[in-house]
Amino acid sequence: MTETATAPAGTDTGPVLAADGLPLKRSLRRALRAQKLRALMLIAPLLIFILVTFIAPIADMLFRSVENQIVAETLPRTARAIQDYDPDSGTMPSEAVLAAFTYDLTAASERKLHTRLGTRLNYEYTGVSSLFRKAGRRVDDFGETYRDQFAAVDPAWEEPATWIALMADPDWVAEYRAWTAAGEAAKAARREFTQAQPLFRLRDEVADVLPETASAYAEFARIAQVEDGDDPAAEDPWAPVYLALYRDLLHVGPGAIAQLGPEAEAMLDAAHDAVEGFETVNLADLYLEADKDWGDPGVWGTIKTFSSAYTPGYFLNAVDLQLTPDGVAAQPEDRQIYIMLFERTLFMSLMIMGSCVLLGYPIAYLLSNLPLRTSNLLMILVLLPFWTSLLVRTSAWKVLLQQQGVINDILVWLGIVSNSGRLILINNQTGTIIAMTHILLPFMILPLYSVMKTIPPSYVRAAKSLGATNWTAFWRVYFPQSVPGIGAGCILVFILAIGYYITPELVGGTSGTFISNRIAYHISSSLNWGLAAALGSILLAVVLILYWAYDKLVGIDNVSLG
Amino acid sequence: MSQMDLPPYATTGQRIWHYAFYVICGLIFFFLIAPILVIIPLSFNAENFFTFTPKMLALDPEGYSLKHYQEFFTSNAWQHALWNSVKIAPAATLLAVGLGTLAAVGLSQEHVPFRRAIMAIMISPMIVPLIISAAGMYFFYSRIGLQGTYLGVVLAHAALGIPFVIITVTATLVGFDKSLTRASASLGANPVTTFFKVQMPLILPGVVSGGLFAFITSFDEVVVVLFVGSANQQTLPWQMFTGLREQISPTILAVATILVVISIGLLTAVEILRRRSEKMRGMSPG
Repeated sequence: MTETATAPAGTDTGPVLAADGLPLKRSLRRALRAQKLRALMLIAPLLIFILVTFIAPIADMLFRSVENQIVAETLPRTARAIQDYDPDSGTMPSEAVLAAFTYDLTAASERKLHTRLGTRLNYEYTGVSSLFRKAGRRVDDFGETYRDQFAAVDPAWEEPATWIALMADPDWVAEYRAWTAAGEAAKAARREFTQAQPLFRLRDEVADVLPETASAYAEFARIAQVEDGDDPAAEDPWAPVYLALYRDLLHVGPGAIAQLGPEAEAMLDAAHDAVEGFETVNLADLYLEADKDWGDPGVWGTIKTFSSAYTPGYFLNAVDLQLTPDGVAAQPEDRQIYIMLFERTLFMSLMIMGSCVLLGYPIAYLLSNLPLRTSNLLMILVLLPFWTSLLVRTSAWKVLLQQQGVINDILVWLGIVSNSGRLILINNQTGTIIAMTHILLPFMILPLYSVMKTIPPSYVRAAKSLGATNWTAFWRVYFPQSVPGIGAGCILVFILAIGYYITPELVGGTSGTFISNRIAYHISSSLNWGLAAALGSILLAVVLILYWAYDKLVGIDNVSLG
Repeated sequence: MSQMDLPPYATTGQRIWHYAFYVICGLIFFFLIAPILVIIPLSFNAENFFTFTPKMLALDPEGYSLKHYQEFFTSNAWQHALWNSVKIAPAATLLAVGLGTLAAVGLSQEHVPFRRAIMAIMISPMIVPLIISAAGMYFFYSRIGLQGTYLGVVLAHAALGIPFVIITVTATLVGFDKSLTRASASLGANPVTTFFKVQMPLILPGVVSGGLFAFITSFDEVVVVLFVGSANQQTLPWQMFTGLREQISPTILAVATILVVISIGLLTAVEILRRRSEKMRGMSPG
């Protein structure tokens, strides 16, 4: 401040200088920058807090509504191999794809991930879940024929040590030995041992010579280490590893085998000569044996369609469509519920908004036209419900609206309904509308009141003095001036209503629930988080649009509380 | 003469309409307040019914009892829930008030870049429907290990309470006379002293009422805690929610009555603060 205030009047030439000799312009700019910085420093802690605790979760939800990494993560080889598959051919995918799927599924079922994946794909194609469960139990036997035949060529193929010698990086073997020894020593000395174990590494050339075998064996070894805490050098490889070896040996040339060193060469050469004569088994048949529905191209088409990392599938589901291998199609009739739920949410929110206007308008009118002392007193009747816990008001309505509740008792006592004909006021749309109108009414009255308070009474008086009847004066003069209040109250009530969860859940039964109840159901019961996130994103978009309208109409800074 | 008074020359029709309007308003006020008041006598029901028993209607003392209150104060589940609420709400309030007041002071400065955008972000927890906040927080807090912890619930509730603090404190600061801080600075006070000795006492009513809003937000909140919390963090509203959903017991009415009494207390506090703040602002020139 001081620099600017005491800037000397410019001498003969040159720019105006501040007290410290700097040009005034620069000095002012610096002061402004310091001010901005100070303001930002004060705001920063909260801004960071909100970004982490609130904005990041919302962003996470938006991300989850399109995220679909589970298929590509659980079935990485299949996701690559299946891209050339054409579901319209009406057949199962090629043996190569099925082999890739076999390795993936074996690994997934060892990690117990296949049921999760099955559940995920079941959202898209009914029945996939049980297919995955059944095949997951059997898949580690696929390739058993080949194991027996390799063992017949050379019994050493059944020895874990043979595999380690063929596959593992010698450095890894040494590291692993050292780690095991260190662990034993620590155990003997009763020390805690926390050093991480070295993860299995393949030796250099093997991935080029025997690609499928190397990849399947590496996965086996890591799972044995990490999931089961076993030494891969002491474990029999999965049967599908032999399937991989069989498939690799069919394609590999003798020159390539030589790269793996003399010992391996001898064994592999013998096996290579023998595989031509092996009794083969069709993978397709093995899957069909596990469940004949594996023959359904729709299953494979679904895996292909959802093998990408991001999908519009959840959003399509959220509006009763589905992504099929042939493009976007409507959901089967019995699964079309979301459009209906969105419509119901909108319809009931409009009903609640309408009842709030009908009940709120007279109250706001009365409050703004009574003398201040009286209206302040009556205002308490509006503010008390506003301040009372939502759960209290909901439980009150739950108690009042029951068939044996107070309202029905009074109606029977008055003789309006017979004892046997008690009204069903709860667990349906009526219950939700009554309870939510009561809960949201203060949000209508308060904005209406603040607008009506500003309408000068002289206009109505002027209208009347010019000969207008009471009704004309109200309708042509007063009402138009209160419209902004109605607009503000309506948007506020509507925004609050469409996102309501607690009250519809407690008094709505099945016919009075909102889209938010479905979101909660998908989060906590069906565990279809992606769909919950997509439904939430749509709801959020609607609310933000409405809020934008509210901002245009009332202004973001004019949100007042009580 | 008030707008609502009848002029002496009013016709019969106007008179009828005038009184009918009062009756209508009376009924609406009844609709607003009766459900809250009716649970108070029902909570003293000696039977496990949710309606007035003949004995209660005859004002027979035997029809009334405190047994539902006794149940509330002796049941482990309810007491656990009460303590959780009493622990979580003040922590969330302190966090919201501390950060919120600081930011509101920052926002009230003359030159704040991106003021509208910052304001929009800070108000957003109030705009976004609770179920969406709850879903997002559930997803995100599970990722970072905060789901099912007290800290997670406190952070979530603080975020929900912050918009109220920002709004009330900013509203108080609008009427704040900037020359007071300048006067304080010219008398040699540093910014921190100025804030605590000059600015804070004047905006205190706004801060406290913002704090009360934040407190009631956390104390009443159920959707977010349902998702972000686990059984350990069960709060009073959560316990009421499960009670209402599964097996409704009259203890809920006793709890509801206690909460109504608390809300009346809070409402009174906020009203007193609002008047005080208006008075103080009226006192300061400009």
